[in-house]
Amino acid sequence: MALTRREFIKLTGLGLAASSLGMLGFGASGVAQAAAVRPFKLSRATETRNTCTYCSVACGILIYSMGDGAKNARSNIIHIEGDPDHPVNRGTLCPKGSALLDVVHAPTRLKVPRYRPPGGTEFKDVSWDFALDRIARLMKDDRDKNFIAKNAAGTTVNRWTSVGMLAASASSSETSYLTWKVVRSLGMVVFDNQARV
Amino acid sequence: MSDLQSQDYVRRSASTMTPPSARSHEEQVAKLIDVSRCIGCKACQTACMEWNDLRPEIGHFEGTYQNPADLGPSVWTLMKFAEYENEQGNLEWLIRKDGCMHCEDPGCLKACPAPGAIVQYANGIVDFISDKCIGCGYCVKGCPFDIPRISKTDHKSYKCTLCSDRVTVGLEPACVKACPTGAIMFGSKADMTHQAEERIIDLKSRGFEKAGLYDPAEVGGTHVMYVLHHADKPSLYSGLPDKPQISPMVTVWKGIVKPLAMVGVAMAALAGLFHWVAEGPNEVTEADEAEGERVLRESETEKSS
Repeated sequence: MALTRREFIKLTGLGLAASSLGMLGFGASGVAQAAAVRPFKLSRATETRNTCTYCSVACGILIYSMGDGAKNARSNIIHIEGDPDHPVNRGTLCPKGSALLDVVHAPTRLKVPRYRPPGGTEFKDVSWDFALDRIARLMKDDRDKNFIAKNAAGTTVNRWTSVGMLAASASSSETSYLTWKVVRSLGMVVFDNQARV
Repeated sequence: MSDLQSQDYVRRSASTMTPPSARSHEEQVAKLIDVSRCIGCKACQTACMEWNDLRPEIGHFEGTYQNPADLGPSVWTLMKFAEYENEQGNLEWLIRKDGCMHCEDPGCLKACPAPGAIVQYANGIVDFISDKCIGCGYCVKGCPFDIPRISKTDHKSYKCTLCSDRVTVGLEPACVKACPTGAIMFGSKADMTHQAEERIIDLKSRGFEKAGLYDPAEVGGTHVMYVLHHADKPSLYSGLPDKPQISPMVTVWKGIVKPLAMVGVAMAALAGLFHWVAEGPNEVTEADEAEGERVLRESETEKSS
């Protein structure tokens, strides 16, 4: 489009007048004032209670995941914060607990059992079946070999002293009860908990 | 969508037409940071980044516990560590959670030239509306606490929002919720002031005679307040201003020069109008045309010769 100098000045003046009218409130200035607060991101997220994975304090956490459980929706953890109803932490978390989301999604996170055979130099991924079978096999072999049914005085003691168990702290009372029963029923006496760390 | 709509704005940057605040009964909120209870664990920092989906680039160790080294477009709150040797010769480790103070009289908002890019809600939160931000950096200069930071990615200014998205739905900010020692608290401004008063009495009884509340009147009070054990010397806490002042340049430019310039522009336009009415448009006379033709011919003969 060819513009003469005079037309250019006229157009500029018109533009200035139009934008001035806009500034004075004629036009869609109301739209420009629409709400701008970031939408609350957890409105329909699924909330799941759990225990923090880190230390023995065992803080209660709320895990928020996207998706409503529909068949075609794959749920994914989007946010983690403290559980205000948990008596241990009442909603608070330490810096590590506050950053749990990045543990969940960390590329280095351990998701499957890994196995390094005796004398081997590298770990390789194995199935849970393999791992549990191997643990059970080794425990059975060791218990058969070292189990002490009676002491020198002939009293029944049922001790298995050559293997110990270190239990987790982030367990419910029910899990702890079961852990205790399983370990003690095997005769294991070397038994401690991460809660003492 | 949310409660914090335009009726809730009490102030709006670069605007002469801030909407009247229709909702007049909204409670003012405040965050109270009790520096004497802070252990410097940085749970507030991680909770802030987690909630706001921010992950700054991993930096370098700077020789102090302060990490990252400074606030940034993705670091909206930062524990600042200061070592202070008191009169008795004892070392005091003063750890202050730095971040936006949400001033009642915000320097950033006053300095901002983009209409509606910085707003203040009726509950006291000062928020940056990113899509209106032009990234000029005036808010950085206008802030008495040196808080806003311009992003190199999208050239917009960022700072703590006091989790306006959480407060809108009735929750406390993420940093407040995380704090394991209860050093950060959240509630109405009246409740937080009362909370601080009780704590200050307690601190005084423990030998901190100069304990007090940091709610500086110079910026009309703030919606993020500190309980300090040395309230007489706020600058001990990593340079917290003793008397925060909005830069006088902001007042000069926005308060004096800008209105004067506006008047000047309006007067020029009016003068043009009056000139046009009184004198009429500048007509080209026959003599001007003839003179123009002559000059043109002369220049053409000069070129060809």
